[in-house]
Amino acid sequence: MKYIDEFRNRELAQGLIKKIVERSTRPVKLMEVCGTHTVNIFRYGIKELLPETVTLLSGPGCPVCVTPNETIDKAIALSREKDVILVTFGDMMDVPGSSSSLAKEKSQGADIRVVYSVQDALKIATENPKKKTVFLAIGFETTSPTVAVSLIEAEELGLRNYFILQGHKLIPPAMKALVEDENLALDGFICPGHVSTIIGQRPYQFLATQYKLPCVISGFEPLDILQSIYMLINQIEQDRAEVKIQYKRSVKEEGNPLALQKLYRAFQVSDSNWRGLGLIPGSGLKLRNEFKNFDVEEKFPIEVGEVKENPDCICGSILKGIKTPLDCPLFRKVCRPENPIGPCMVSSEGSCAAYYKFRQ
Amino acid sequence: MEDNILLAHGSGGKLSHQLIKDLFLPQYDNPVLAKLDDAAKLRLTGDCLAYTTDSYVVNPLFFKGGDIGRLAVCGTVNDLAMTGAKPLYLTASFIIEEGLPLAALKKILISMKQASEEAEVEVVAGDTKVVEKGAADKLFITTSGIGVIEKGLNIAGANAKAGDRVILSGDIAEHGVAILVEREGMELDVEIKSDVAPLNHLVAQMLKVSRKIRCLRDPTRGGLATTLNELATQSEVGIRIEEDKLSIKEGVRGVCEILGLDPLYVGNEGKLVAVVDPEDSQSVLEKMRQHPYGTGAQIIGEVVEKPTGRVFMKTSIGGSRIVDMLAGEQLPRIC
Repeated sequence: MKYIDEFRNRELAQGLIKKIVERSTRPVKLMEVCGTHTVNIFRYGIKELLPETVTLLSGPGCPVCVTPNETIDKAIALSREKDVILVTFGDMMDVPGSSSSLAKEKSQGADIRVVYSVQDALKIATENPKKKTVFLAIGFETTSPTVAVSLIEAEELGLRNYFILQGHKLIPPAMKALVEDENLALDGFICPGHVSTIIGQRPYQFLATQYKLPCVISGFEPLDILQSIYMLINQIEQDRAEVKIQYKRSVKEEGNPLALQKLYRAFQVSDSNWRGLGLIPGSGLKLRNEFKNFDVEEKFPIEVGEVKENPDCICGSILKGIKTPLDCPLFRKVCRPENPIGPCMVSSEGSCAAYYKFRQ
Repeated sequence: MEDNILLAHGSGGKLSHQLIKDLFLPQYDNPVLAKLDDAAKLRLTGDCLAYTTDSYVVNPLFFKGGDIGRLAVCGTVNDLAMTGAKPLYLTASFIIEEGLPLAALKKILISMKQASEEAEVEVVAGDTKVVEKGAADKLFITTSGIGVIEKGLNIAGANAKAGDRVILSGDIAEHGVAILVEREGMELDVEIKSDVAPLNHLVAQMLKVSRKIRCLRDPTRGGLATTLNELATQSEVGIRIEEDKLSIKEGVRGVCEILGLDPLYVGNEGKLVAVVDPEDSQSVLEKMRQHPYGTGAQIIGEVVEKPTGRVFMKTSIGGSRIVDMLAGEQLPRIC
């Protein structure tokens, strides 16, 4: 298949691995920020093809995984309201909240609908004027502009029964929080391709300038990832720290200005609470005043009980790259894809699910 | 165990297996059922009978390449064929929701007739129940089937041995993707059709050239990955396959790429996996390729001694990874 097979070519992959082996002299720790990178690194068996000098750590770039229990509890509470249709992307369904999950609520009769696009949520709201349609707005810069567009359209249509439960997060501030963590000595970042398609290359510049960390914005196919690793090692071996784009077929230096314009028409930057990383300044989004009517929390205060998390779950440390799933006492024993304790096991993009699914 | 049935209990993966193991088997435990092959083998005198039952619920009822009727016949015929049986008779039960257009029902019945003619089986008994609107989703069909297994033939999920070859009869993931495309109303430039088809004639051809076919299974719900895991577990062996040997039609692959689905876990309704003694694998493969439902057959891997119950895949770029059983449902991702 065009644009796929070229990037999964065995000979080219072997060639890149050879170049990495030849170029790499010092041990390096590289973090792939994005969950899709993590999954593909496992799916194609990339780790075992790399030389011992190269360690890959998985970062916090899975939107499901970094969503705190409180947000899930709120979504569950909303779904229990008779006049609410809760609309979500599929991978939030099985995430355990403090005492339930959306999948369990659905089995008990809650009207919860899985969609592929936020536009479907808008359609549901239009078709069900007597109900409140609440979209669980989780995700990074990749998807938040589409949610912004849905709000702008809802405003134009005069829809008064469409709301969002806001859980959007921004990636670069989380990367800043990671590099400031003393436990984590990183040598470079494999930056997310889709987030960067929206935000471009500039938001990572501070990592190269202030923290002397090379960054390469990478595509998702195995050859993309291998080439990005080579580009990072090349910089490290030359003691350079720059932001480079490997994923040129999708990412432009300036990103997608139109998407950014829509995003910031509906939203403004705020602080946000990340699972595992805690409160990170400037890492979230909130609705601008003129869009406040769409904020479900603003319109209908949601009461949730005490927010509980399993004390043995180490998803937090895994999201920071400090620990791997193999360090977790629950991994495989109690926490499995069919009985997930933490979000890193639920999400198909989560580190624990990737370890479980693809490695012994 | 959960208090309520979750959708994931119907996915064919781990929760489905757990449900059967924990809830169904303890009630009806007997040696015939406990084998958990696709059809029960009933020993009378002389030949062995194969007997199986399956319910069909699919939304939408009509999809490209077939409908619930064709599915209900082929699914049960295939379950019988996977034990090496020659399918003979089917029964069919219909749970019909009030309001279903009779024209739709008729179209489905005609389609069942055509499928049973193709498979050369007869529907010898049936039943209908109509339930109130909302108590069922349009139409549910249950079919049961009986077939005869020739004396001395022993095909079962527990028979795979190290060194055996694993043959797959063609392109994967077509049925699941066709249903999804239909259900979501996705508009595509390519036509994606379900592969739903009766495989008993293909199996009969294979048996003509080999008596060393150890296991047969149709990778339906849960896809190829789940079927291979079942065989590895039942036979207490490992299975190694090669990604490059798997073939997927371009349109099907495109939809999987867009939606983030792994085609290894997407259901098929007209494909089979055969585990065959290495000596006979080439002749079986050639015979399969001569049959219309086996033209795309490939040897995709082999059975190894260890690690037992595990399936590994050599990836397209030369790495290696585990292929686990499906846990829960495949869910569309955020990004």
